[in-house]
Order: sequence, then structure tokens, then C-alpha cells
Amino acid sequence: MPLTTIELPKRKREVIDQAVIRFCGDSGDGMQITGSQFTNTVALYGNDLATFPDYPAEIRAPAGTLPGVSGFQVHFSSSDVYTPGDSVDVLVAMNPAALKMNLPDLKTNGILIVNLDSFKENDLRKAQIVTNPLEDHSLDGYRLFAVELTKMTRAALKDLGLDAKSMDRCKNFFALGMCYWLYNRSMEPTHGWLQEKFKNKQQLVQANKLAMQAGYSYCEATEAFQISYEIPPAKLAPGVYRNISGNAALALGFVAASQKAGIPLFLGSYPITPASDILHELSMYKDFGVITFQAEDEIAAITSAIGAAYAGALGITSTSGPGMALKTEALGLAVAVELPLVICDIQRGGPSTGLPTKTEQADLLQALFGRNSEAPIPVLAPSSPGDCFWIALEASRIAIKHMVPVIVLSDGYLANGAEPWKVPTIEELPEIPVHFETNPEGFLPYRRDPVTLSRPWAIPGTPGLEHRIGGIEKQDVTGNINYEPLNHEHMVRLRAAKVESVANDIPPVIPEGDESGDLLIIAWGSTHGPITAALNAQREKGRRVGHVHLRYLNPLPRDLGEVISRYKKVLVPEMNMGQLLMILRAKYLVDAQGYNKIQGKPFKTSEIEQKIEEMLGLSPSVAVEDDTDEQAGE
Amino acid sequence: MTTATLPVYTKKDFQTDQEIRWCPGCGDYAILSAVQMVFADLGIPREKFVIISGIGCSSRFPYYMNTFGFHTIHGRAPAVATGLKIVRPDLEVWVATGDGDSLSIGGNHTIHMLRRNVGLKVLLFNNKIYGLTKGQYSPTSEVGKKTKSTPFGTTDRPFNPISLAIGSEATFVARSVDVFQQHLKDVLRKAAAHKGSAYVEILQNCNIFNDGAWETVTEKDARSENIVQLEHGKPLIFGKKRDKGIRLNGLDLEVVQLGNGITEKDLLVHDEKHPRAAYAFLLAHMEQRPGFPTPIGVLRSWDQVPRYEDLINDQIREVQARRGKGDLAKLLRSGDTWELKA
Repeated sequence: MPLTTIELPKRKREVIDQAVIRFCGDSGDGMQITGSQFTNTVALYGNDLATFPDYPAEIRAPAGTLPGVSGFQVHFSSSDVYTPGDSVDVLVAMNPAALKMNLPDLKTNGILIVNLDSFKENDLRKAQIVTNPLEDHSLDGYRLFAVELTKMTRAALKDLGLDAKSMDRCKNFFALGMCYWLYNRSMEPTHGWLQEKFKNKQQLVQANKLAMQAGYSYCEATEAFQISYEIPPAKLAPGVYRNISGNAALALGFVAASQKAGIPLFLGSYPITPASDILHELSMYKDFGVITFQAEDEIAAITSAIGAAYAGALGITSTSGPGMALKTEALGLAVAVELPLVICDIQRGGPSTGLPTKTEQADLLQALFGRNSEAPIPVLAPSSPGDCFWIALEASRIAIKHMVPVIVLSDGYLANGAEPWKVPTIEELPEIPVHFETNPEGFLPYRRDPVTLSRPWAIPGTPGLEHRIGGIEKQDVTGNINYEPLNHEHMVRLRAAKVESVANDIPPVIPEGDESGDLLIIAWGSTHGPITAALNAQREKGRRVGHVHLRYLNPLPRDLGEVISRYKKVLVPEMNMGQLLMILRAKYLVDAQGYNKIQGKPFKTSEIEQKIEEMLGLSPSVAVEDDTDEQAGE
Repeated sequence: MTTATLPVYTKKDFQTDQEIRWCPGCGDYAILSAVQMVFADLGIPREKFVIISGIGCSSRFPYYMNTFGFHTIHGRAPAVATGLKIVRPDLEVWVATGDGDSLSIGGNHTIHMLRRNVGLKVLLFNNKIYGLTKGQYSPTSEVGKKTKSTPFGTTDRPFNPISLAIGSEATFVARSVDVFQQHLKDVLRKAAAHKGSAYVEILQNCNIFNDGAWETVTEKDARSENIVQLEHGKPLIFGKKRDKGIRLNGLDLEVVQLGNGITEKDLLVHDEKHPRAAYAFLLAHMEQRPGFPTPIGVLRSWDQVPRYEDLINDQIREVQARRGKGDLAKLLRSGDTWELKA
């Protein structure tokens, strides 16, 4: 029986600006699918949005336990969205463990939908809960809807002839149907998805449709909710949009780069969380001639890509921190033989295996310096899921133009998070010119272009260009083995100058917000969302704050030092111990301050705002919010 | 039929102007010479040859071959070569490696290359020692061997490279010896003709750190007693007087003396196409048994297994035939999209 703890006004529809919903339950409850479906539907409707899938490293931790809780949060709005939201308006909790783990993020008076059927004694014990929260008034501060999700789903599906287990698997769609009703959304997009997903299993299409319809009708008929909400479409720039995750965008970007360059794409990869989706995505694009090679290990993944680049392909390898560590020696080889290559490091919490499914930005120094000797490599970082597409193109362009390996530093938050992405036309894509050397006249393997300092790309099979390359130090121009002291210094400086010349193409730094003022925030990667939201809020309060979000981490933009000098203070928020901070302090001798969160979770807007106020002398010192309660059991 | 003129080369066309930095007297010189001669005779344009190597004395090989060459990092040559061969199946890609490079640090890549049957020819220079790092034992060094890193003798059991290759489902496995020029060239030509992975172990002498390691095989007086040359379709006969043979006895082999009622007809007839792994294993393990000769020649040649790079490229062509070539504009707009009007 549905309970309401707060008297609501008579049923009505209210137009609001934004909402944050989190679906959470056991890993086996289908929360990621439920969240993705809701996201897809609101995206199609035209809302701006950001998502945050948060799932455990274990595939199936024991059902009902705290480590097994999986969640999917979506923030959708009629205006610009920068983050998945600090706290949630609606929490759907499929079991007591999910409730316990996620309740701290629910706003006071927020809507809480729980599956009443999963709050039996045994369920509570598995979640290490002593007294039933549905009965002990601990939920009095929320609008609680304890719904018999399991029982009602079974009732809705009773005529389909499914077994109990199969019927119970549809209860997430009952909850989804409720949320569609709550936000006045059509179930059509999800119908279409079901039809496609279970093409050959019509019974499952029917079952999920019925469950979803039942949830929707339940809200309509029982008047459980006295109110439903309407969030009008956002006013985004005109164009065609699709919803996209960071990993899918990277994959698309590489296909686009390969097409623009007119050379085949070769991905050498070894499965690793949270990078595997790049391999999965690219393996689907055989019609674009994409070659995906699931190598025997991380080392073979990168070295095969080097071999492919040597053959004239766009060589890519994708990994996460532990794999990045294994690729180190091969990165040095790519530097030495000066072949184009793109390495995607989708960062996760470390060290070692660390937090495979949680996000972090702590591989920056590894990307910049993690090789033996002087082995500079350009490093780029996307700032949003959609930006991953453009970074893939830019990394490919730089690699080919300068004949260098390029590292792309994404992270788990960008990789799995999604946002509406304005689909570019082919004309909007950058050109990626490729020149294979074919003229044997005066050919020497290390003769350089005077501007880009790149050596010729002379691929095997070209008559008259037979030559040798390798990791041993070589003489410039001829490429012959050479151990002479002065030649070595010349080559070291030359490789550095070549990477530095990438800065010739970096656009000027234009800060968001104030172009000069009291505080400059410098950041990189996935922190773009919460910093932008915080910046906007603070500027509305009259504070003079600017924000530079670096997409190029090596080389840094040439005018960055001048931009820094226009502000009184510099703040560098990072999901690490202060790695970019160390670089900026060393390079610009600026007394920048770090703000560091190393919890496997993105910054909240409120955290950044507080830090800004502290830096401006407007509030007492703050530490990063302690999320220990939520993390209990992980 | 059009008659494309095949290039005519001599050994000299495959030599480079680089100073060769192997020790005088090293077995590598003989291998280099044999490879240069074989390449010259294959009728393949020089620019189609690529030699990929790892690290070690043998891995300096590419610098001395006037072909495309890539001296990579320790143990990883098979992986680099695999990437190259997938993108360019038309190239003749050879891997030059040693017992340390291929069987120790690069063991993983070696077995995976072989199981995939990538169309690479591997020259394994086996001198049973680490030469470039100056004399530590290798994964093929015999138990008890005293080396710089094992002053009291090794306690490691060695690999038999042929067994490892067979166990990895290699489709072509052969063995030759640095100083047997004619035999070596013969084996290399057969390797060149093989479509899939061809693994050739070359017994090679390191005259500085492990001189005479293969003496029983190479020493003029002893060699015919200690070697059996495998030839497809011929019985396994050896001995100075060609009076000994190998006979199958149940699931095992035995050495028999010809005569006294035992004739060639009783001997095992070599079948390099034998479909059972056990057959090649039996041959491979002979050398480890007292009284048995070391087999040289082609132990296995399976020519019906498809090449990895062909399977990959066929799959791409098949998908393209079914779906049509990819349209980027369409791909970018795939999935659920919506349009916002100005």
C-alpha cells in the first residue's frame, strides 16, 4: 500500500526549470538501463542534461548488499546543465542497501520512491540496517512513496506466462513508468528501444512495455502523486543533437579522423575498465574499415598500434592507469622512432588496481613524465563527454602533423557520463592532411620539415625508400645509429622542440567569466562542469572570477603566463593531490593554490563555490566534503 | 597472362653500408649471409621486405639488411609485426629474435603470434646465452650451466623452443644451424613459402659467451651421428654410415640399427603435415634423450590454416559488402537524434 508522509496539495502540473533523478538498486536490478532510458527520453524531448552512472567494480556483488549498489543519476533542465547535480530531487531506491547508500544525497522534502516488497527482514539484514526505515520515522523529512513494485509488476505480467524471476526483472521498468508520469514524458522512445533491443524476443518487449505502462497507470489511477512536473525544452543552439558518452565520442572522433585523413584506423587494445567501451564501439565500425585488435596484453596493444602506424595507419591504443604504466617503454619507442600514435588513458582511481570504476585525474604527471629519460609527448584533455569527439580529432591531427605520439587524458566520469551533443556536419570537421613520402631522390628517414620538425612518413612497400629505424639513438637526418655525445644532446633538444612546436597551433587562451579580476581558476578535464556552474553562480553574486580550462596540457598555451598575471589569485581544483598545480607553480612561479578531491567522485558545484569564497576571503576555510557515510561498505 | 618481370637481385642488393657490430666469428654473420642470399632469389621486390626485431645481438639484424627495418624494444617484435602485417598483408614481414628476446621477455607475444597464425617468418637465433648483456643464462640454457649470473650453475629447466612453438599451435616449425648454409637456405626458402607463422629455430654459436654450445651438432666428425635431417616423405635415417634409424614403438620412438632384419621400411617416414600435435612433439623431444639425434629440418608444416591478417581483412570486406562502405555523416547522426530549430 502506498504511503505518503506529507500531505500534498491537490493534483496539478507544475512547470519547473530542472530536476535531478537518481535510480539506484542492486547491480542486477537494471539501474543503468533504467537511467539510460530516462536520459534518452528527456534528451529527445530537448532538455539539456548531464548524467553520472556510478556502479561497483564487482559484476555481481551478493544481491542486496551495500557493495552491490549501482546508481545512475541524471540532471535535466530547460536551461544549461553543467553537472549531474550536487543533490537529487527524486531518489528511486530498489532495496534497503540502495536507500542507505544514496539517501544522504536526497534533498530535504525530496521525492523518495522505494520498493516496499524488498524491505523484508532479510533485505534489511543484508544492508546492515537494524530498524526498518519505512517504519522508524527516519524518512519523515522526505516525500516517501513505498510502492509494491515487485507485486504490482507481477500482477501486470501475469498473463504472459513468464516465470517469477523473469517477471521480477521488469520491475525497474515499473519504476521507469512512474518517473515518466511524474515528469510528463512519453514512453514512445523506450518502446522503440525495447523493440530494437529484443527484436527476436517479443515476449520480453511485451513484458517490459506492460511493466512500464503499469507504473505509469499506477500514478495516474492511484493519485499517489498529487503533482506532476513539466520541464520545457532547453534553448540550445539550433542543430541536430544526440546524446553521447565520452567513450562513444572518442570512438566516433577517431573514425572521423581516419576518414578525414584518408588512412585506415587501427586500434590495439586490451580490455580494462573504464576504457573498454572504446574497443567495443570501434569494433562495430568495420564498414569504415576500422581494424580492432584485442591484443594479448597492454604492451602488445600499444606495440601493435606502433606497427600499424609504421604501416601507414592511424594507430590508436586505449587503456586506463595500470595499462598506461605497462605501455611506458613502448611510448618511449614511439617518441624515438617518431611515428604518429594516439594513446587514450581513461583515468581511474589508483594506485595499482585502485578504484576501477571510479574517476580520478591522477595520471597527469605519468602522462607528462612517465618514461625513461627525456621523452616529451603532447598531452590533451577533453572537458566534457561531447568534447571527447573533438579531442580525438585534434590528437590525431597533431600526431600526424608532427609525427609524434599524443596522449589523451580522459577519465571515468567523462567516459561514462553523457550529455546532448550537437552533431557536426562533415564540413565542420578539421582537415587532417597526410603525406606519405614516395620520392627516393635524396630521401633520408630523419630529414625534417623545418616548421613542424617532423620526419617523413615513409611506409614499407614504397620503392626506393628502404631504411631502418629503431629505439637506439640515431644521427639526425640519416637515422644511422649514433652514440656521439653532441648528437645525443642535439636529438634530445630536437624532440623537445618538436613537441613545443605543437603550441604554434594552440588557440589563444580566452578565460570564461572575467578576463581579469580577483581570482583565476585553472583546471583541466572533467572538472569543467562543476567549475563552470560555480563560476556562473559566483559571478551572479558580483565576484570577479575567471576560468581557464586547459585542453592542451603539453605544450601549454604560450599566452597562459600572461593570462595568469591578470588576476590576483589562482585556484587549481583537481581530482588528485595537485599535479597541474605543481606544473603551473614550477613553470610560471605563481603562488597558485590547489583544491583537491580524491574520493573517486567528481567535484560538487557547491564545493567549488565554497572554495572560491574562501579564496576571496568571504568564508572560512573549507575542506572537501567528507562523503564517508555514502561510501560505507565500498 | 601478363608477364610481370620479376626483380633480379644478388646478395649485394640486400647488404647495407652500416658497419656490422657483431663480434668477429659470431654465428650471426652466417645467418645474415644466408638470409641475404635467399631474399635475393625469392623474386619479390625489395621494398616489400620488412624486418622487425626486438633487443639483443640478433636484433641488430635489420640494420644490416637493405630492406625496410624496425629495431623495436625487448621482446615486442612479434606484436609490432602483427600490427604491421594486419594493415599490410601484402608485405613480407620477418622477425629477427633471440632466445632471450623471444622466449623470455617476449614469450607472451611469441605464443600469441603463433596461435593466431599471423603471416610472419620468425628467425630465432638460439645461442643458449644472453650475449648483449654479457653472458647471463637464457631460457634455453641447460640446467647447471655456470654463467655470470649463476656462478654455481642454473637451477632453471630450459625451454625447448620447438616444443613451445608446437604447443602454441604453430603452423610451421623448423630448425636449422648457422653453419649449415645449404640446409639453412633450404629451410628459409620453405619458411618464405609458408603463408602463416613460420617459426625457424637457428642453432647459433656465440663464440664469446657460449662457444661450442652446439658442438655436438656442428662438429664435423660427430654431426652425422647426432643429427637426423627431416625430409617430408622420407624415413628417419642418421649416422655416419646412414645405418641408424628412428622407429615408432607404440606411442614412443626408438633408435634402431639397420640390418639384422630391420630395413628402411620399418622406420618412421617423416610427415610434416601430420595433423596430430603428438607427432611433432615426439620429434622435438628426441634431442633431450640419450642416444637420440637432434632433428633438423621442417618438423611441421600445416598449410591449410588461414592467416590471421586475411581473416581480419576478409571480415572487414564482408561487412562492407553487406552494409556498404561507411558514411561518416550518417554515422555521426546515428542513434536517437533530435533537431532544434533556430
